[in-house]
Amino acid sequence: MDNARDVIERVDDLLFQHDPGRLSTEEFLGARFDAGLAWVHFPEGLGGLGLPRELNAVVEERLVEAGAPAPDVSRNGIGLGMAAPTLLAFGTEEQQHRYLRPLFTCEEIWCQLFSEPGAGSDLAAVATRAVLDGDTWVVNGQKVWTSGAHNAQRAILVARTDAHVPKHAGLSYFVVDMSDPGLDVRPLRQITGEAEFNEVFLSGVRVPDADRIGAVGEGWKVATTTLNNERVAIGAGADREAGQIGLVARRWREEPELRTAAAHEELLHWWVEAEVTRIAGERLRQQMAAGQPGPESSAMKLAFAQQAQAITGFALELDPDAGLLYDDWTMVRSASASFLGRGPGFRYLRAKGNSIEGGTSEIMRNVIAERVLGLPAEHRPDKGVPFNEVPR
Amino acid sequence: MSDLLYSDVELSLRDSVRAALRRHAPQEATARLYDDPSAGSSAAWAPLARDLGLAGLLIGEDHGGAGASAREAAVVLEEIGRAVAPVPFLTSAVIATTALAAAGDETFLPSLATGDATAVLVLPWSARAGAWQAGVPGADIAPVAGALDADLFVVPLAGDNELELRGYSRDEVEMTALTSLDMSRQLAAVRTNGDGRLLLGGASATQAVNEALSCGQALLASEQYGIAAWCLETTVDYVKTRIQFARPIGSFQAIKHRLADLFLEVTQAGAVARYAADTRARGDADAATAQALAQAYCSDIAIRAAEEALQLHGGIGMTWEHPVHLYLKRAKADQLALGTPAAHRADLAELVDLPA
Ligand SMILES: Cc1cc2nc3c(=O)[nH]c(=O)nc-3n(C[C@H](O)[C@H](O)[C@H](O)COP(=O)(O)OP(=O)(O)OC[C@H]3O[C@@H](n4cnc5c(N)ncnc54)[C@H](O)[C@@H]3O)c2cc1C
Repeated sequence: MDNARDVIERVDDLLFQHDPGRLSTEEFLGARFDAGLAWVHFPEGLGGLGLPRELNAVVEERLVEAGAPAPDVSRNGIGLGMAAPTLLAFGTEEQQHRYLRPLFTCEEIWCQLFSEPGAGSDLAAVATRAVLDGDTWVVNGQKVWTSGAHNAQRAILVARTDAHVPKHAGLSYFVVDMSDPGLDVRPLRQITGEAEFNEVFLSGVRVPDADRIGAVGEGWKVATTTLNNERVAIGAGADREAGQIGLVARRWREEPELRTAAAHEELLHWWVEAEVTRIAGERLRQQMAAGQPGPESSAMKLAFAQQAQAITGFALELDPDAGLLYDDWTMVRSASASFLGRGPGFRYLRAKGNSIEGGTSEIMRNVIAERVLGLPAEHRPDKGVPFNEVPR
Repeated sequence: MSDLLYSDVELSLRDSVRAALRRHAPQEATARLYDDPSAGSSAAWAPLARDLGLAGLLIGEDHGGAGASAREAAVVLEEIGRAVAPVPFLTSAVIATTALAAAGDETFLPSLATGDATAVLVLPWSARAGAWQAGVPGADIAPVAGALDADLFVVPLAGDNELELRGYSRDEVEMTALTSLDMSRQLAAVRTNGDGRLLLGGASATQAVNEALSCGQALLASEQYGIAAWCLETTVDYVKTRIQFARPIGSFQAIKHRLADLFLEVTQAGAVARYAADTRARGDADAATAQALAQAYCSDIAIRAAEEALQLHGGIGMTWEHPVHLYLKRAKADQLALGTPAAHRADLAELVDLPA
């Protein structure tokens, strides 16, 4: 309780000294970071106050009331939701000081160079090589499905630093400067018509050893932290009716002519599912407290994807004549990514990605079965076999 | 009992339609319609309509058609679904043709039979038998499928005191192309300009429209089955070759079971679509039930198959480059077309005496 009062005082003080109406978004967010109100559970000096995680909601509520700008998750979701917690857990102090502030102010947008043509669900099979040359790593390989790489200044990268050990043991984790001339970012168009993701070719990309996150060979452990946070970030939604269900619910209330008995049943079915998942997600966040999310976050991501897909499909059936249309097929390189943006047709198609990005729903089920429930693992022919001896 | 299999003649029709679609309606050309709709369907349709005689398949021999039945038309639609072909077979050669035949037309059917003309029944694509509203002269009717490449517009219009079915030529209507979820069957807003020509009025005009729509509904199920069958087969092939965790992903039981379930559903969709076509062809007393049943089932199975295909392809399934998105969009639009599954379940409830 004292903490909450203290935090509110600090927010009011921030607003008093840094009028969001007069400052640019970056300036205000910078001041918020410096006041320790970016993410209060981070340590002091790194945008936090070392307070319990749930106080972030108190901060955000107060700032929203005051009309203050927030960091744009649709532009920098990977930075805010994934890179930041990973840097907090595994970065050196020097790395944390260098990267967290511009990440929070969104002066630096981040992307995620994990997946490859041969390594999607089996992320530990990445073949992109990083070889040490003095105090610089030289990276060669190909990444794919890289969301927002065309907008990013920085990337988190998983690369193979040792091919002579089993796949999980030979990975390392890096921060990459996206302006490196060895990077070639090419758009990949999605079923929505937009090119939100890219393929990224790395030829002789140079990464200073100072930008390695975690020890050499510990990339898998670091990446797992990133992925668990990704699953929480993808499934997050703090308020009732914040997600796809809210958009349908609003139409239902506003357009009585769309209502039928069958649709009503279905609407309420999904409303219940969405609300139950929201509350279960909230409980998960409380259990997490100041710690990192574990494999349990997979269950939330699974539920989120199922619901997003069912509800966006239902939204088209609710108004068939409108559902048969689409807003625009023009190929654009998306400036941001939002599941709730554009029209119902876009949302229906974009939601199909929700059960693939950040780990597929099948992989989520495997994680729940094997790491939460402790069921015996599937047979893995490459288990214990050095990466370079696995036939592929 | 219904014959739910395919005759030799039907099998050979399937072979020639499949070969022609492969040649004239490749998936890459269909994908291009999303960026350049002006290409339209004529390039794909003309050879099928004329050389294979698909335009006149359901038209009587006395009007120069093949005099075939819904069974053969269903085979054609299975192949059209399988190829996501952007051709107006369903809208012109099935629905509008049935409306004209029911209206006793003598004037237009001969030019439809040769493929020289293409027709469209001008109603919103969501209309279904017994649940549609006639247009108002001079007002937009939308969204209409099959209109953009049509020469003859068969328009149910609210007359002074009764329904009128009127025929309009291309220069007697105004048309706006609409950006559609499924650009392999692009929709349009159509409004009439002037009086056209009266084809039929009154209760028999209503009946002709209902007849046309039920025929469309019964046969759409075969297109949906074709979509589902392509998605299943393509996915089965893919999971045999895609390696993750040093194994083909099809070796994971989670995936095997998913595809086994999908196989079951697709097989059932094929049977029930065939039943709808056969009962329709024979004028069987169960035709209306069969049609509602097929629509209530096949609409959702086509979508499920497309969604499963996308999911089991992983990231590639989300790309424009892979054809699965063409099938997903067609399947979703087909589900909304000619009545949603919920609407067909409501029809069925009346037909089999299970009132709400
Ligand atoms: C919209 C979108 C955005 C993305 N953004 C990014 C990004 O920014 N950065 C990045 O690095 N990646 C990104 N990805 C990639 C994403 O993480 C991968 O697509 C995903 O991990 C699946 O890998 P894959 O595409 O190789 O599919 P595969 O791994 O080949 O999977 C194909 C199918 O097999 C199933 N499967 C695989 N293994 C198993 C198993 N053991 N048991 C049961 N089923 C299995 C999968 O669930 C899937 O259905 C994005 C993907 C999408 C769709």
